[in-house]
Amino acid sequence: MGLFSSQEKENYLRIAMAGNPNSGKSTLFNLLTGLRQKTGNFPGVTVDLHVGYTRLSNGKKVEIIDLPGTYSLFPKAADEQVTAEVLCNPAHSNHPQLTVLVADSSNLKRSLYLCSQLIDTGMPVILVLNMIDVAVKKSIAINQEKLSQLLGIPVIGVNSLEGSGIAALKQLIESYQQRNDHPLIPANEISAHNWLGLQQIMSCLTPYDAFVTFINRRFLKDAAEQKIMEDFFAQQQVNEVQLQTNEAVIRFKKITGVIEQCVAYKQRNSYELTHKIDNIITHKIWGFVIFLAILFTIFQFIFSFSAIPMEWIEMGFANFSDWVAHALPQGILNDVITGGILAGLSGVVVFIPQIAFLFAFIAILEDSGYMARVSFIMDRLMRRFGLNGKSIIPLISGAACAVPAIMGARTISNNKERLITILVTPLMSCSARLPVYTLLIALVVPNKNVGGVINLQGVVLMALYLIGFLAAIGAALVLKYLIKSREQSYFIMELPIYRMPQAKQVGMVIYDKVKVFLLEAGKIIIAISVILWLMASFAPGNRMQEIEQKYASIGNTISEQERSNKMAAEKLEASYAGIAGKLIEPAIAPLGFDWKIGISLVTSFAAREVFVGTMATIYSVGDQADERSIRQKMKEELNPTTLQPVYTTAVAFSLMLFYAFAMQCMSTIAVVYRETKGYKWPLVQFLFMTAMAWLSSFTAFHLLS
Amino acid sequence: MTEKLLSDLRIGEQGIIKHFIDDFIALKLMEMGCLPGEQVILERLAPMGDPIAISVSGYSLSLRKSEAAKVVIQQ
Repeated sequence: MGLFSSQEKENYLRIAMAGNPNSGKSTLFNLLTGLRQKTGNFPGVTVDLHVGYTRLSNGKKVEIIDLPGTYSLFPKAADEQVTAEVLCNPAHSNHPQLTVLVADSSNLKRSLYLCSQLIDTGMPVILVLNMIDVAVKKSIAINQEKLSQLLGIPVIGVNSLEGSGIAALKQLIESYQQRNDHPLIPANEISAHNWLGLQQIMSCLTPYDAFVTFINRRFLKDAAEQKIMEDFFAQQQVNEVQLQTNEAVIRFKKITGVIEQCVAYKQRNSYELTHKIDNIITHKIWGFVIFLAILFTIFQFIFSFSAIPMEWIEMGFANFSDWVAHALPQGILNDVITGGILAGLSGVVVFIPQIAFLFAFIAILEDSGYMARVSFIMDRLMRRFGLNGKSIIPLISGAACAVPAIMGARTISNNKERLITILVTPLMSCSARLPVYTLLIALVVPNKNVGGVINLQGVVLMALYLIGFLAAIGAALVLKYLIKSREQSYFIMELPIYRMPQAKQVGMVIYDKVKVFLLEAGKIIIAISVILWLMASFAPGNRMQEIEQKYASIGNTISEQERSNKMAAEKLEASYAGIAGKLIEPAIAPLGFDWKIGISLVTSFAAREVFVGTMATIYSVGDQADERSIRQKMKEELNPTTLQPVYTTAVAFSLMLFYAFAMQCMSTIAVVYRETKGYKWPLVQFLFMTAMAWLSSFTAFHLLS
Repeated sequence: MTEKLLSDLRIGEQGIIKHFIDDFIALKLMEMGCLPGEQVILERLAPMGDPIAISVSGYSLSLRKSEAAKVVIQQ
């Protein structure tokens, strides 16, 4: 982070934030840490967690981990498992010294279940009562001192929308006490088994901690500890389901008693507005109409409203590149910077407005509570395709980026449904394909309005996204019959109340995603641009000099401009890049692609957006002074033998379909490998996606030409 | 007092959770606050009749009909 020195990192306070899904936990996390956060991989769990940093008023540094939402310490899905492992395993490298439990005040009873479990494991806990909604504030009154006294832990009210209570929360963190030794529900109340004995053998903090460790014993890594658990299971004749059922009944009884003493409901129903909205949003017909209308609006926005800032960026880069070309001395460095790095980079930076729009919409749909309704109305349909209503969230997020979307599939508890979701999500058109689509659509689809308002280019773009979605559910249907499973599938999910999305939260998401896009993609793009520039500028032996001599000897039979263009084209063909492109040309010629496109297909494997940068680099090698945009250059590109334009409608559509279906993303392959724990599924996915890409491009090219 | 399954409720009808037929579903529902003794109201059906949304313990919960068929309620 660069925020703390490495020495400080050794002795900072480690805090975890836990709570039910939709408790406003992440909003509070953002308030506490601001922009001082990162997403990291953690040892032991193959998972990305958000980690942020803050400083207390006494100067003490704090590391905060935002854990996936859960209802109890006994995980039912992969994301909940992460939370349970971090919280319950003291050996875990992210095990916190203190947990801040965020409770949605309108659902206090349910929140207190997780809270009281955590208290009983011996973990120091601070309870945050999040007043998410003004309506909630109006309808309930919570006696915080009384609650704190009954639970034996500090309790504080926070309004994460207004940001009030944050300073007081930091004060509490600063003065946090060691755990209290009075469990709310002692383990021996749940059952008469020897939990105290197990606590001593396993050196757990409390007998209840031993109980939790026992129920979650399948996560133990140590063989000796597993043996202890198996022996305990055999000797004590434990009925696990009975234990957990007992616990739920006893614990909720206790919680109900606590709530009766310190919560007063002023008005019973604060969800009237949510009900009214749901009557429309989940309506038989309107539900689907609204869903499609929202998607349609998003694509129109992405195309129309981002055009202006994109133009600014394009112009800015052209001017800057021109300035650099003149300011630096002529030579190889000048060429590498303008022809390689800047050309490649501008092709990517220009898409930031569109990516920002896309992520903003997804954040708004998630934060408002609408995504849960989409899952609700789509579950029945998705089930037919071997998916789950919850699959719709990874699928829609896949329109932004498949990597976080695939990780988002963790909320699906059934392994088969989760696997199918992971396998088909990359077929959804992600934001990295957007630059490719935009460039090619602008090349062959006229920028016309139909009926005055509907942008034709926007319609084609939406059609491409639709094709991606249809391919995804089609592939899911096939996979449903190929993958065998007898595991039970379920769809038990809260429908949270609707909330107004907060501009600040949406802003944070945009900032985070654009930053990652620029840093991650930027690194690859600069490296590839330089490599590509070198490959395109040099040839085996002294071929380049031979070509130069050849054109020097032609003399003035053709114009200066024509001669330099022809020479540049011939040089590119002779270069290493040209050789590589020609090597794969036979495989892609049936799709209408030439060797120049071939080079782009190869470099796109690093990430799809590299396509645009590659095109920019290929077409600017040899003429830095040229300020035409890539689009113009591609439009004017002629086939050297037929003298017809290379980028015909058939080629452009064939290329777009290839990008729609092909698995050209190393990061996605890496995340699928991590999430499925092996090479088998990423390989299967790569093969079926490549086959789909080749066949559909082939068909499109031959139908259109 | 009649016993029926949660999946047999009509929109707007209510009942008290009595017991569960399936252990796994019971655990999942119980930790989300659906305990025996809680009152449930059938709020709405998804457009294709499944899943359903119930009001329980002060919030809306959605579940499939097949899951609701594992919950015995009393009216």
